[in-house]
Amino acid sequence: MKRHFALVTLLVFCYALPSQGGEFDAERRKMMEEVLADAAATFSYSGSPALSPGVIAAMEKVERHRFVPAGLAAAAYLNRPLPIGYGQTISQPFIVALMTDLVKVKAGDKVLEIGTGSGYQAAVLAEMGSSVYSIEIIEPLGKQAGGLLKTLGYRNVETRVGDGYYGWPEAAPFDAIMVTAAASHVPPPLVRQLKPGGRMVIPLGTQFLTQYLMLVEKRMDGSVTSRQILPVRFVPLTGGH
Amino acid sequence: MSRPPFIAIGLLSACVLAYEVLLTRLFSIVLWHHFAYMIISAAMLGYGASGTLLTLLKEKISAHFGAVYVMAAAALAVLMPVSFLLAQQVPFNPLELLWDNTQPVKLLAVYLLMMLPFFCGGLGIGLIFSHFGKQAGRIYACDILGAGAGSLGVIGVLFLVPPNQMLSALTVLALLAAAIAVVELKVRPKWLMKLFVGVAVLAAVALPGIQVHPSAYKDLSQALNIVGARVVEERTSPLGQIMVVENTRVPLRDAPGMSLNATSEPPPQLGVFVDGNGPSALTKFDGNLEPLAYLDQLTSALPYHILERPRVLVLGAGPGSDVLQALYHHSAAVDAVELDRNVTGLVRQRFREYAGNLYGQPGVHVHAAEARGFVNTSEARYDLIQVALLDSFGTASAGLYGLSENYLYTVEALQAYLSRLTPGGMLAVTRWLTLPPRDALKLFATAVSALERSGVTNPAARLAMIRGWKTVTLLVKNSDFTASEIAAIKEFSRARSFDLVWYPGMRADEANRFNILSQPYFFEGAAALLSPQRQDFIDQYKFYIEPATDDRPHFFRFFKWNAAAEIFALREQGGMPLLDWSYPLLAATLLQAFAASILLILAPLALSRCRRSLPGAPVALYFLAIGFAFMFMEIAFIQKFVLFLAHPLYAVAVVLCAFLAFAAAGSWLAGRWQAANKVTLAVIALGAISLFYLAILPGLFQALIHLPDAAKIVISVALIAPLAMCMGVPFPTGMMRLAGTAEEAIPWAWAINGFASVVGAVLATLLAIHLGFAAVILLAVLIYAVACVALRGFA
Repeated sequence: MKRHFALVTLLVFCYALPSQGGEFDAERRKMMEEVLADAAATFSYSGSPALSPGVIAAMEKVERHRFVPAGLAAAAYLNRPLPIGYGQTISQPFIVALMTDLVKVKAGDKVLEIGTGSGYQAAVLAEMGSSVYSIEIIEPLGKQAGGLLKTLGYRNVETRVGDGYYGWPEAAPFDAIMVTAAASHVPPPLVRQLKPGGRMVIPLGTQFLTQYLMLVEKRMDGSVTSRQILPVRFVPLTGGH
Repeated sequence: MSRPPFIAIGLLSACVLAYEVLLTRLFSIVLWHHFAYMIISAAMLGYGASGTLLTLLKEKISAHFGAVYVMAAAALAVLMPVSFLLAQQVPFNPLELLWDNTQPVKLLAVYLLMMLPFFCGGLGIGLIFSHFGKQAGRIYACDILGAGAGSLGVIGVLFLVPPNQMLSALTVLALLAAAIAVVELKVRPKWLMKLFVGVAVLAAVALPGIQVHPSAYKDLSQALNIVGARVVEERTSPLGQIMVVENTRVPLRDAPGMSLNATSEPPPQLGVFVDGNGPSALTKFDGNLEPLAYLDQLTSALPYHILERPRVLVLGAGPGSDVLQALYHHSAAVDAVELDRNVTGLVRQRFREYAGNLYGQPGVHVHAAEARGFVNTSEARYDLIQVALLDSFGTASAGLYGLSENYLYTVEALQAYLSRLTPGGMLAVTRWLTLPPRDALKLFATAVSALERSGVTNPAARLAMIRGWKTVTLLVKNSDFTASEIAAIKEFSRARSFDLVWYPGMRADEANRFNILSQPYFFEGAAALLSPQRQDFIDQYKFYIEPATDDRPHFFRFFKWNAAAEIFALREQGGMPLLDWSYPLLAATLLQAFAASILLILAPLALSRCRRSLPGAPVALYFLAIGFAFMFMEIAFIQKFVLFLAHPLYAVAVVLCAFLAFAAAGSWLAGRWQAANKVTLAVIALGAISLFYLAILPGLFQALIHLPDAAKIVISVALIAPLAMCMGVPFPTGMMRLAGTAEEAIPWAWAINGFASVVGAVLATLLAIHLGFAAVILLAVLIYAVACVALRGFA
């Protein structure tokens, strides 16, 4: 069964050739239009007036169709999560944009990512000029994403397969941490590896259904606060408050 | 061929019902438990479609009646495993249902595949009815006796055999049913009997257990994908399939919603998964309390900072996290209640050393019981009752429990817990945090109602609630909170960066400080629920947060139709998780069932030549009505007895068995009873009994709940017997009436009744969610009355 699964995965992950990139440009632009419209609709909830130009530029550049199984390349630029095998998903572009915006990374920042998944989020962060350290606990997925990021020329992304609980002490502290894997709690070592003034973002929910985002901010005195952000414009009372 | 094949019909019916129960178990493991409704609905479609086929091809079929019956049984034997195997190949993912247009088609494919075995079963049984219509009473009795034996038998056997091996066993049973039918119906050639027995023996020896592949998105599948994960123990019972996962490379580390200020980490843990959901942590413990410091960093630790060395009752103890938390806080004694002996067995025996003999620690007593039943029957008093957080965050946040009854969180349950507290004692309930608030506010509203119903004039003074970033904890005290207790709540929360949601005298500016929301939704909600505008707030809230009661125990239903359109429109703008999709799925299942039955049951009849020879609307109405009414009664009364019998599984088994056995007796008697108006008499009797029971059962159950289980079972059976006997009369009477006037219409009536009885099961659930079980019973009585009127229209 395992062999069968590996074979299917191998076939499914036959990525498109580099020369085919241009054919998805129009789709990518359309996806970004939707993402921007969603972001504008939810700005009062996410706490920022609009997506930062850096996030928009990075997402306009990263070829999302390379990070999804070949059979799903045609759906790569739909504003929806897609399965990538092993019970994992590549997040909805709008959620990726929102999470990337929330960590407020700049060129040269060091970013830790727990849960490499397809590698798409790491690529977006790398396009923004940050150094990305990404850990994946599912071995085949981690190896595959690591290989792909190398093939695509992302030199500022380092990947590893293993336990993300203790972060990446050799590279710590980090300006930002993105935890894209489910966790019952925020590992204390990760809080320790966050720089004062740094930000950590965690999505809560299940695969395909992100309930809310948690933004953890470390103050300069080392104390932490968190914000819970509903990624949708929704007031729970009829007629508002 | 003068005698119907009573043994074969009983066996066939047993197979079909056992298969139905087994599929609900298998689908709980592969997907999630509420796909049970889809199974029920698929069974309905199969039965209904078989009746249509019989009606259309009756002349051709009746010439080879015996052979067709035997082939139907043999086909059932083959299709039971094959349909399930094929359905597993369909890449259906419910989590993508609203994202991906192809998913509804895949759902339909699974549904149609699951229909096939029921089609064969229905064909066999319908064939016997149509051929021996005048003996419908006795056939019906064998049919439902078989059904009862099958559904109970499979529950019993599931204690011993894993569900995947049961599929092969049912194949063997169906082959034996075919072999017996060859003898009973004198089918030629005779060697067919030997062939079926031979194949059955071969299947019993050689047929391996079917591989069950859980969805890749279930918690267990996800845990097993992690590098280093392995299953170290597997146990099975009808309560669930338990898997224990160990991972030494990437340990479990379960500490739900631990404070962001915490510096401690959980010690090594094993993950305990039930039906692939979870995990609950089985924590390594060596008697040293220090590594358990993380348990003081959860919102559920709050009561231990108010009470000194409390005597604790943990409801839903699972593999013991809450018991460890009580020990960590030096509780004087702990009573731990857990329903599943397989789970307590892990801690007591298999991992006894790993768990540090947790359930054998001085002062710790473990009770294998259902929580409400234990509370209702126990004489003990506690300083603290902890209702553990047993469901996983993923399943709760995806709205997977929207349809299931839960008697832990009803107004009556909270009242019962409060009545077991010592003076100054408190109840603590911890739930996952959902945004916008759902569970937390519904729980708060339920607690307010419980306090009011218990005669407390100022509930606000007895409630406190805090929230972390992932969990909320509610405290309900049986006296007013004191100033020092309030100070302790504030200090506990401040030190762990948990937010205050409510305490008596709380100011608005104290809310929403650490885990900041765009609005202080929780505090505003709690304040509104304690204000005179409570009902307005509940009505205007876009999620259903009306308190759950024993009559409408669907705590996890948050779906409101009037907010559905708005949420659906926002689904791609991040709003998808707001749709508690199990409820819309039930509605979709019903629609799908109706559409499929029109296509496969009604349309062929309407388009065929035989439509002119079918009896009129009253006959159709009669069989439709009694199908619906029977299922409404059965499902609602099962629910009414669940609390009394204190164990959901045994309650279902006892009540279902009593219903089927006495309905069988009723139909047997109906065949001999010569009165012309026996249906009317039976309906009047069952109406009177139902109304009487609705009035007296709550009081009666309360008065008798302390009796031993055996006595309660006898009382339950005695209460059900007269009702069920009356309910057994209408179906065979109608069939016998048809046999005398329009025999060719019997399969048609069988199709209609099959349709109604199984859609009735789904509809009863939907109606109970909205109206409550009492209303479902009243509705059933009304529908029976309609059937009486329709019977007069039989020409």
